[in-house]
Amino acid sequence: MEWEAVIGLEVHVQLATKSKIFSGAATTFGAEPNTQACAVDLAMPGMLPVMNEEAVRMAVMFGLAIGAEINTRSVFDRKNYFYPDLPKGYQISQLDHPTVKQGKLDIQLENGEKKTINITRAHLEEDAGKSLHEDFHGMTGIDLNRAGTPLLEIVSEPELRSAKEAVAYLKKLHSIVTYLGISDGDMSQGSMRCDCNVSVRPKGQKEFGVRTEIKNVNSFRFVEKAIQGEIERQIDLIEGGLKVEQETRLYDADDDDTRPMRSKEFANDYRYFPDPDLLPIEIDDAYIEAIRSKLPELPEQKLARFCSEYGLSDYDAGVLVSSRAQADYFEVATRIVGDAKLTANWVMGELAKRLNQNSLDISQSPVPAEGLGKLLLRLKDNTINGKAAKDVLEAMWNGEGEADEIIEKKGLKQVSDTGAIEAIVDEVLANNAAQVEQYKAADEAKRGKLISFLVGQAIKASKGKANPQQVKAILAQKLS
Amino acid sequence: MLPHTISEIISGLRDKQFSSREITQDYLTRIKRLNPELNCFITITEDLALSQAEQADARRNAGEASILNGVPLAHKDVFCTEGVTTTCGSRMLEKFVPPYESTVTRKFMEAGAVTLGKTNMDEFAMGSSNENSYFGPVRNPWDTERAPGGSSGGSAAAVAAGLCAAATGTDTGGSIRQPAAFCGLTGLKPTYGRVSRLGMVAFASSLDQGGPFARTAEDAALLMNVMAGHDPMDSTSAQNPTEDYTSALAQPLTGFTIGLPKEYFSSQLNAELEKALQEAIKVYESLGASFKEVSLPHTELSVPAYYVIAPAECSTNLSRFDGVRYGHRCENPKDLEDLYQRSRSEGFGDEVKRRILIGTYALSAGYYDAYYRQAQKIRRLIKNDFVSTLNEVDALLCPTTPDVAFKLGEKTSDPVQMYLEDIFTIPASLAGLPALGLPCGFKGGLPVGMQLIGNYFTEARLLNLGHQYQLNTDWHKRSPALGE
Repeated sequence: MEWEAVIGLEVHVQLATKSKIFSGAATTFGAEPNTQACAVDLAMPGMLPVMNEEAVRMAVMFGLAIGAEINTRSVFDRKNYFYPDLPKGYQISQLDHPTVKQGKLDIQLENGEKKTINITRAHLEEDAGKSLHEDFHGMTGIDLNRAGTPLLEIVSEPELRSAKEAVAYLKKLHSIVTYLGISDGDMSQGSMRCDCNVSVRPKGQKEFGVRTEIKNVNSFRFVEKAIQGEIERQIDLIEGGLKVEQETRLYDADDDDTRPMRSKEFANDYRYFPDPDLLPIEIDDAYIEAIRSKLPELPEQKLARFCSEYGLSDYDAGVLVSSRAQADYFEVATRIVGDAKLTANWVMGELAKRLNQNSLDISQSPVPAEGLGKLLLRLKDNTINGKAAKDVLEAMWNGEGEADEIIEKKGLKQVSDTGAIEAIVDEVLANNAAQVEQYKAADEAKRGKLISFLVGQAIKASKGKANPQQVKAILAQKLS
Repeated sequence: MLPHTISEIISGLRDKQFSSREITQDYLTRIKRLNPELNCFITITEDLALSQAEQADARRNAGEASILNGVPLAHKDVFCTEGVTTTCGSRMLEKFVPPYESTVTRKFMEAGAVTLGKTNMDEFAMGSSNENSYFGPVRNPWDTERAPGGSSGGSAAAVAAGLCAAATGTDTGGSIRQPAAFCGLTGLKPTYGRVSRLGMVAFASSLDQGGPFARTAEDAALLMNVMAGHDPMDSTSAQNPTEDYTSALAQPLTGFTIGLPKEYFSSQLNAELEKALQEAIKVYESLGASFKEVSLPHTELSVPAYYVIAPAECSTNLSRFDGVRYGHRCENPKDLEDLYQRSRSEGFGDEVKRRILIGTYALSAGYYDAYYRQAQKIRRLIKNDFVSTLNEVDALLCPTTPDVAFKLGEKTSDPVQMYLEDIFTIPASLAGLPALGLPCGFKGGLPVGMQLIGNYFTEARLLNLGHQYQLNTDWHKRSPALGE
């Protein structure tokens, strides 16, 4: 039987506010445990939450970016459950009146087609702390630094049909939130975490199958593996005559497998109700429009602009805008170089290759955009040739200095002195008399090959420094 | 003989009849003598009080005395006080010393007042008799066999017994007004949001409101001038400016129309109390006010609605007391579940547990619509009743309690009887309206209280009504004998 997967994602995005959503404590990652938790975060008696307006602004930015309706009146609710890293015994979240209502975004499928994924809602909530089970000799340590960090939970409709689609959707979300600057998007630090709802059904069937939820998956690769594994597990179960249990599962990256966490029958009754400590957030159209007018350029807009402004192909522009950091890098460099195609080729080619080899993000590149721009400018103005440019990049990567410095130091400057090149060409012609004879006798097609050979000989004779265009021109002149 | 009112203390300090240290010492001496029997204080902050008094005297000598400089006060043990144990009447917080100050107590400290101690209360402010305190019941100074009312019973009894001239309290469903009535005091529950809740241990967040206990409306106005005001750290705190609550006290009452809600003058009201209220009406008429019967038709629904909403909120407000970070933790928990269960079972008393259970039930899936949502609808109806009535009249006059102070132990076996004690105070709480309680007579040697309910943020007008009444009556001047 042919099976179809049905996938919906709940993505928790950590918002890049300086302070927490309901307190003034800092949100910086990686501080000593419990040094960034104030009396509010610790849920000391009598402490009260005060809304961080910045988090609302960020949620509205996201809503506008996905074309969603913004709720002019959103309400915070208490989600009640006991857990040691949840100090109040409830999480402040939004149940019935989220700040962002239905929106949508487009993803690109492998076959190049576009698919629109509907987003049900996006709501604001606070993060919990962390329970640390190691190093405490049979006890559990609690770190409340993360407690109260603002999260935007983005819930998709169950419209994704494969693990690859899910990853494409997640990557698109990632690019939107990082373009908006509302999250650092650093998945390794938990800035984006994903709950995956997965079910399977025979292709063509309308009803959904029984779904499972895989909790807290925190990388694109793990999302793909966890979902793919879960789809296969469910199909195996059904084909083996068994049933899929509705349950929550955890993905274990070490085993590349999911295992059950808790069964829904025993799930908490969260006893949601409106938090009486917080007033509803009332926002008016003027507030929304002010945010809309300041929205940064989003990936799709940037792609269109890269095509029209720089004359790049859809493909090149698409690769460049896949991350805001890469697009920004390209733009800074190309403004120096003044040749978009050349810059794009180097950003996507030589630079990307080195970054990949070293598992670096472009934002961590040892060669900054200005540096690459200055290097490519020397390539463009014929100071150096392509071969030399690669050597210079290598040297820059190793921290040997700026492009001009390295070109100077290593003597890589092209020889563009006509007299010097003429002397070399004459020498080459004298040393290759046979080829010169052949050239004179040959037709147009053959002549091209021979001239390339002679150009190569001349450049070799110049120790790689002669400007190839100049050599070719002089050769052609002398042979005619 | 200690002064009767804050106003007298203020003028005595100003005229150098006594220093703050002297009067503070006098109060501490009286507290030590009478507190063992009355049990008004959970913590007596003797050292703190004396050092604050000395600082106040130094400020006065330096010519830097603000109005309450050096005035000794007591604070309900629901207000967190930095470095001073704050128990909230519970074993759960028996040893809890907050590292921060509540906004209310901070304001009094900044105004130069002296803290005599932290007063007894029903555990987590849940109760109408002060019998739910882990630290034992408070005795009513008018008759030590009787309850002082609750939950702010310690503050009320302390002021009535002259252990302090004024005190702070909190009112969720009547916890200032009912003890004020039982102890013959003037007590104000301000408009919800008028006084900051920051640092006040929460019972029911949408209802809790701090306010003053005093002998007179004038004293209550002096305290309100310090307590009231916007607090950016409390999102539900009202933003509109406060007024000088003493400035309107002298205003004549000519042309005032006062409503008499007929539902409050029902069979639930004891006949002798009704008579006292009729006398009060006559006093007001003689001062130029006129009366009008009005109706608040949803009054009888207020107790059931309140006893869904308040427990619902308390059930989650008290979740933070889990034995993990502070407060009572059971000995040698064997796992997390055991830690939660035993810490909370041991730390909370019966009434708190009862309300947590009621509230948890009311918020549970499948019951939410029938209880919590329904109660919120009733709350809106009750509020609408008041809003339309208060468009017609300047204030409402009604009883505070169905009867005078009951005997200790009399109602403890029947929680519903105890809950019905709040029938006249709960409606204004649900509506978030300000209400002033003040003494208007005696029945069998026990004080009778009446209640004035006003429109939102009309505290100054209510205090004006109270002050004018007290200029023409002397119920508020009487004190219990206490073997003196």
